[in-house]
Amino acid sequence: MDPHRSPNLLDEALGLDQSAGTWPLGGRVVLVEDCVETSGSFVLYQIIKRALSPNSSNVVIFLAFSHSFSHIDRILRKLGSNLVAQRDNSRFFFFDMLMLQCPEGDERKGKDGLVELYRKVQTLVSSLPEDKKKCITIMVDDVSLMEVATNGSSDHALDFLRYCHTLTSEFGCSLVLLNHEDIYSGLLRPTFLLQMEYLADVMVKAEPLATGLASDVHGQMMVLSKGVCGKPGNLMNKMHNFQFRIKENTVEYFYPGRRT
Amino acid sequence: MAANKTRTSSFSAAPSSQTPGIKFVPNGTIFVSSGIPDLDKILGGGFPLGSLVMVMEDAEAPHHMLLLRNFMSQGLVHNQPLLYASPAKDPREFLGTLPSPVLSKDDKSHNKDPEQDKGLRIAWQYKKYFGENQQNYDSHRVGKQEFCNDFDLRKPLERQFLGGCRVDCVSLQNFSNLGALQDHCASFLAQFPRNDDNISRVGRLAIQSLCAPQCGYSTMEWEMLSFIRSLKGMLRSSYAVAVITFPSFAIVL
Repeated sequence: MDPHRSPNLLDEALGLDQSAGTWPLGGRVVLVEDCVETSGSFVLYQIIKRALSPNSSNVVIFLAFSHSFSHIDRILRKLGSNLVAQRDNSRFFFFDMLMLQCPEGDERKGKDGLVELYRKVQTLVSSLPEDKKKCITIMVDDVSLMEVATNGSSDHALDFLRYCHTLTSEFGCSLVLLNHEDIYSGLLRPTFLLQMEYLADVMVKAEPLATGLASDVHGQMMVLSKGVCGKPGNLMNKMHNFQFRIKENTVEYFYPGRRT
Repeated sequence: MAANKTRTSSFSAAPSSQTPGIKFVPNGTIFVSSGIPDLDKILGGGFPLGSLVMVMEDAEAPHHMLLLRNFMSQGLVHNQPLLYASPAKDPREFLGTLPSPVLSKDDKSHNKDPEQDKGLRIAWQYKKYFGENQQNYDSHRVGKQEFCNDFDLRKPLERQFLGGCRVDCVSLQNFSNLGALQDHCASFLAQFPRNDDNISRVGRLAIQSLCAPQCGYSTMEWEMLSFIRSLKGMLRSSYAVAVITFPSFAIVL
């Protein structure tokens, strides 16, 4: 069986294992937290891959602060997705923000870069045809570099994220954000990260193993879905814990002590 | 900077390395040597082109200088342009401390080997292998420079490697803010644009003690972060490697 098509534990945790139907992340905010030892960008790529699967009409808007298009294209090719074709088919939109710098010197100028970016994203979302509007995924990789681009004014970065959040309620888009947990671990009040955690409906945490380095397990993953409808009809939080191993063309997910 | 060319196939054969300082690997990565053979082995081949290497200085030992010196010397031996920035008032003086490569033993003992061969009494079945090895050494030695040299710290690098416009030295004290340094790096890296054609030149950037307290910008954390981020972006689109060292207190911030 093709390892790319069958759903894995991450797909199940995020609800991406339903083959047909509405995009399960619509209207939700997903926050991926990682650290230096375990990079979490593979979660973003897995979501892109599922979103751009051939039997769906999802659209992905990618705001790149960290990696170039060619890098992501190479990785998605290994996962079995052709980003160049998707970009030509208007299913994948790439905003290259790698060199964006909007320092806070001038109050208006400080926001200008991000305000302009939001305007572009909003115009793009509004201009998409009606049937595609329901399954748009806006992805930011990664949010900490947005803070660096604004020279430390996390308020501007948070404003930008909140504006993007309005798009989730107005258009039913999903918002996927990547941030690094260890950057804020030294601060007394990691406000920026906490605000994002409150904003998030789904939190995915990639951490190294508590026991240290291992050759066959690269890290552990925790997926927390808030406000999921349980069977009796009340809202509850659902948590998934598993481990992962990154290989050349795929990522393996398994429960501790087992190998797929 | 997305590639607009249509891809004909996802796999393209690695071009043969005509320049000695570059190593091609089947999966598309291109390495340059760090100047230390064992470090190259640990890193899996060397520093990939486009990478930014950050070195934390040890407050009690100058080991980062060894890394810097070997990195810079290796680049100069392979004729790769170098940009060196340091907080010293006159960074060019540092170039006098760069080590010289050790001459490979094969060059020296080339004439001696056949004579020694006759004197050695080799078991009958091993002689045929010894003969083959001799042929291999002959073909490899002629005209090919090694990817990674051994350096002799006791001998300074010969002047011929330092001449020309290959080395650009910059003093970090001259910059009150990092914008000017960033522009300087940008113009240096513009010499090595990354396009799909053959690699003609590879550049090396060595920045020593970026957050040193004698520099005017050392308290501007966000500016320094922004500089590093821009440098990473510039490296991504050029054929170069940058090594930056940081004083140990920089982490505590």
